[in-house]
Amino acid sequence: MPTPDPSRRFHPASAPDYVPADQLRGLQLERLQRIVRRAYERVPLFRTRCQERQVSPADLRSLEDLARFPFTLKTDLRDTYPFGLFASPMDEIVRLHASSGTTGKPTVVAYTQGDLDVWTEVMVRSFAACGLHRGDVVQNAYGYGLFTGGLGAHYGAEALGATVIPISGGNTDRQIMVLQDFAVTAICCTPSYFLHLVERAKEMGSDFSRLRAGIFGAEPWSEAMRRRIEADTGVKAYDIYGLSEIIGPGVGIECFAQSGLHVFEDHFYPEVVDPASGEVLPDGAEGELVLTTLSKDAMPMIRYRTRDVTSLIPEPCACGRTIRRIRRIGRRSDDMFIIRGVNVFPSQVETALLAVEGTLPHYQIVLSREKGLDEMEVKVEVTPEVFSDQIRALEALQHKLEQSLDHTLGIRARVTLVGPRTIQRSEGKAKRVIDQRQI
Amino acid sequence: MKLTQLSLFLENRPGALRLPCQVLGQAGIDILSMSLADTQQFGILRIVVKDSDRARKVLEEAGSVVKATDVLAVEVPDRAGGLADMLGAFEGSGLSIEYIYPLAAGHRGKTAVLLLRVEDPERAAQLLQARKVRVLSREQAFEAVGA
Repeated sequence: MPTPDPSRRFHPASAPDYVPADQLRGLQLERLQRIVRRAYERVPLFRTRCQERQVSPADLRSLEDLARFPFTLKTDLRDTYPFGLFASPMDEIVRLHASSGTTGKPTVVAYTQGDLDVWTEVMVRSFAACGLHRGDVVQNAYGYGLFTGGLGAHYGAEALGATVIPISGGNTDRQIMVLQDFAVTAICCTPSYFLHLVERAKEMGSDFSRLRAGIFGAEPWSEAMRRRIEADTGVKAYDIYGLSEIIGPGVGIECFAQSGLHVFEDHFYPEVVDPASGEVLPDGAEGELVLTTLSKDAMPMIRYRTRDVTSLIPEPCACGRTIRRIRRIGRRSDDMFIIRGVNVFPSQVETALLAVEGTLPHYQIVLSREKGLDEMEVKVEVTPEVFSDQIRALEALQHKLEQSLDHTLGIRARVTLVGPRTIQRSEGKAKRVIDQRQI
Repeated sequence: MKLTQLSLFLENRPGALRLPCQVLGQAGIDILSMSLADTQQFGILRIVVKDSDRARKVLEEAGSVVKATDVLAVEVPDRAGGLADMLGAFEGSGLSIEYIYPLAAGHRGKTAVLLLRVEDPERAAQLLQARKVRVLSREQAFEAVGA
């Protein structure tokens, strides 16, 4: 007799996942009206933008009316650094997180106790969707600290009733020892780090046959990578989605069907828009994911442009959840990439190169993964202006470029000098980013 | 007094050296002397040819990054201590030599011709001449290698 899939076991916290669609829409509208009003009354930037577009919270009579409201951009967080988008006084804010900044300043996000409770709730629902429950031993290898991954997963797993091991990131050999000795059944980390753990565990002759689920996120990964993880380890690999501007991990999660990520849309209202025009696209059409927080008080995000490209899947899921799914995110609508958790735009790389050379050389960014860690290489074509007959002058140039990149991006990149016209150009334009991290 | 040296950027990969050499060969340009400096990542090929303007042109047309630098051709007696004597000219001058490679190897008891790359070739030439070291003209240098 086949054993029933444990992920089918119902967890009470998951009740909102199964609310009938019309009831869900009613709840969404009610929450949306409240949060838009809150942002309008308390966040000057949002109010000004609404006034420019001549919309006010009173215009929000249906969910479709949301399309009339202005977007919020990542740059808005930076421009109002640190607390400019907060809608709660500091004495109601109990937690701050910050994303690693790429231009010096990080972006700061805030939570009231109620916001943290929402976060914990969606993380419980996430773990439950992956079939975890009381009795599971969860090794949380997301970084603890300003990054939302560690604490988000931590409180969620604890509230679920699982045993949490707050090991945080790094120290691979210790991770493997704990995985084996503590009979860990589920792990939270980036998928690439998990592959690194698996490789190292093989070398060490370690066995973690008790491990049955991996909750993998914080970086894009492919179906091929999932197949490899599952075939090599027997661990079921779930994709979790989130971003600190919205709440952190727990915006969406795969269920056992592994066919798109359920968005907890009673808390995060999804739209998919045309990245160029900003027009809302119908369900099923591919575009940029835009999210509105429906129940976050400290920092409501109205129509936040995630730059992640996906589509909404309106069809019901095999798991019975009524909340809609988004397709797995494979790319972004801009040319931004994420390396070691840091958002990087090629334009920032250009700024760094320009600062050293005076003119912009042809360059290419190559992203790779070594031992589970992202590596960034910038290939720079040597120009007659900077070329020297002396080795040390070229090495000094290389060093200066690396320093400039480190200074601008806040992460270390390796600079390789390459010959002129060796970087491939298509239609005269070089392909700026080669991402070899997809496994 | 000075010779023009051409330097080329080379990537550190198989075939990188042959390409510019082929280009020069096809243009009928003879390499009189060369030196190859390498690092883990890249290399620099330094060459001396008779018609450096034309060499530079064909190399650049073939896609190379080329830099022209002045070097001094210095005659050194080919005997024990010959090089040390020549270098004595720079003692106390604060002038440092970037690199040296031979243009023409001598025969024991005769003279060798070395190419010197220094930051300030004029001053270096003065110092050498004050030490009675012969600094060759272009023509003399080419003659030394039978070009």
